[in-house]
Amino acid sequence: MIDPIEPPRRKNPLLRTRLPASPPRARSRTSHGFTRAAAEGRFMLQRCEACGAFAYPAREACPACLSVDLAFVDAPRRGALLAETTARVPSDVYFRERAPWRIGLVKMDCGPTMVAHLHADCVEGAPVLMSFQLDKSGQAVAFARPEGETPNMADDRQWREMTADPKFRRVLVTNGRSLIGQEAVAALKAAGAKTVFVGVAEPWRPFAGEQLLRGQQGIELVTLDASDEKSVTDLAADIGGKVDILVNTTEYVRPGGLLDRRGTSIARDEIDQAYLGFINLAQAFGPAMRMRGADGVNSSAAWVNILSVHALANWPAFGAYSASQAACLSLSHCLRAELRPGGVKVLNLFTGPVDNEWFQTVPPPKVAPRAVAQAIMSGLRGGLEEMYVGDVAEEIRQRLAANPKAVERELDK
Amino acid sequence: MQSKNLLELAGAVSSGAVRVVDLTFTLSPDFPVIVLPPEFGQAAPVRIQEISRYDGRGPAWYWNNVTFGEHTGTHFDAPIHWFTGKDLPNNSVDTMPAKDMIAPACVIDCSAGAAQDPDFLLTVPLVEAWEAKHGRIPERHWVLLRTDWSKKGWRDYANLRDDGAHTPGPNAAVMKWLVEQRGIIGFGTETIGTDAGQAGHFEPPYPAHHFLHGAGRYGLQCLCNLDELPATGAVIVASPLKIQNGSGSPLRVIALVSAN
Repeated sequence: MIDPIEPPRRKNPLLRTRLPASPPRARSRTSHGFTRAAAEGRFMLQRCEACGAFAYPAREACPACLSVDLAFVDAPRRGALLAETTARVPSDVYFRERAPWRIGLVKMDCGPTMVAHLHADCVEGAPVLMSFQLDKSGQAVAFARPEGETPNMADDRQWREMTADPKFRRVLVTNGRSLIGQEAVAALKAAGAKTVFVGVAEPWRPFAGEQLLRGQQGIELVTLDASDEKSVTDLAADIGGKVDILVNTTEYVRPGGLLDRRGTSIARDEIDQAYLGFINLAQAFGPAMRMRGADGVNSSAAWVNILSVHALANWPAFGAYSASQAACLSLSHCLRAELRPGGVKVLNLFTGPVDNEWFQTVPPPKVAPRAVAQAIMSGLRGGLEEMYVGDVAEEIRQRLAANPKAVERELDK
Repeated sequence: MQSKNLLELAGAVSSGAVRVVDLTFTLSPDFPVIVLPPEFGQAAPVRIQEISRYDGRGPAWYWNNVTFGEHTGTHFDAPIHWFTGKDLPNNSVDTMPAKDMIAPACVIDCSAGAAQDPDFLLTVPLVEAWEAKHGRIPERHWVLLRTDWSKKGWRDYANLRDDGAHTPGPNAAVMKWLVEQRGIIGFGTETIGTDAGQAGHFEPPYPAHHFLHGAGRYGLQCLCNLDELPATGAVIVASPLKIQNGSGSPLRVIALVSAN
């Protein structure tokens, strides 16, 4: 059983902030099958198409029958802890700083034996559930935790290294005017975030839900117009050093594609808000987040983007908007690489049409803003990188994997 | 006029015998702009982006790229801005006569009324009462509506409610009357537009825009410091940027006021 983590004390200004170190990063190309699984919160192993045996670690040929026909498939997570050990003086800087560090050998029910990081409540001989997690270097590692819930389970020191749990952290939700932004604020507070800063552009414009945000313990309304460089840098000057999680809830949806619009002013607004807003936020808040990746219990941990799934496949009815989202998706990969040395995760949530005014005439299914907020929480707590929220997003993902050309034709209607 | 009079004016400005009052808000990203329903095209907000600031991007110099809509900040409306003025000659900021950029002003103080009622309206009887005190409004003068609205915080300044903005302005009759009976050169306000916040419901809608621009006259809005102007005798200098076929522009508006 583990003790709950304590709310972090204020920092001692006489002490240098420790810089983040990264655990070993090298992986084979094939091993990135596990990276994909970890990014999406799935547990996948290679299985031989010829004999059905599961293999681990990543192989080029089946260890049982030498077939090269190995495919990553979702695999049963259950196993038993065979043996455990504690590394007390590791040579690697990252682990040395975090020693003692427990690892163990897990015999999976589906066959292979895996070396895994251990949750503190894992007991030798007892059943465990295995997952792939993204570590601070952004690579997949195997992590075993007890089969059932244990007290304060999410507070485990080694588990918290793999996740971006909002508990005791300070979060900036960039746009509090949107329904998703407001739901995210409520969910983050419920998840134990210490402070949620809520950005409001043009505070002279009233908006629905404003009263709910005002005057609540732990919620601070701040002036933030992501599309305005000065507004973003001014806010970062105030709070940049205490934003542990940034949730980019920029939302600028306008219908229309190319031929039925006149001029570029709407497209420009879309780019200003979504793309340039992203750049402004990244330049203002990113460097401090990257630097604070090992800054104690409330270290910086994650950056969340909410993207339309049409970033992946253009929806002509909202064609220019889709393109702005595609630009943001590309930027998110750049940001992920640049934040990686700090161990800060970039979580992209892909949604279909959200149940808001701009998709009013779009028939269901639409994603409830609350569902997006809940997905953000589970993504942060699970340490994920990619999530597809709602039926439309999930369907487009699957269909893109099967035949992108069919998706393109069928979105044109 | 003899050139020595002009020199005298310059000397008076320099000595302070003629006071120069700045009627302009600082052009900044956070100043409220006109709000239209989101399905309409929107004025680009004011954006100021550094090109360099004595740094690696330009070691010895500081400069910015600036973007904004024609109708942001303290700004000027040309006749071409409204459909009623679209076919007039020289109706845009680049073709309007330069001499129209300097004209005297009558300042009508309605600050007490506006403090009582955000939907306060200037009417013909109110202007007639002003004229009884200060004399008839001469032709080719600006009429500036002082409401002290420019002293408010920005939320109260925009004063948006769920049925639109509630800010003071002129009613339809007084605009028609000022243009047709008094021949004013233009109308200026402290609020976001020359029209009242609820003017979309007037007959005709937006009467200040409708009548001013239909007759080739001008608008000034988002003015400040009107409380420093006398009721009569101030001279307004308002020269908009020379934007090709421009419907208006942010500008520096100054008033020359005799110090005694």
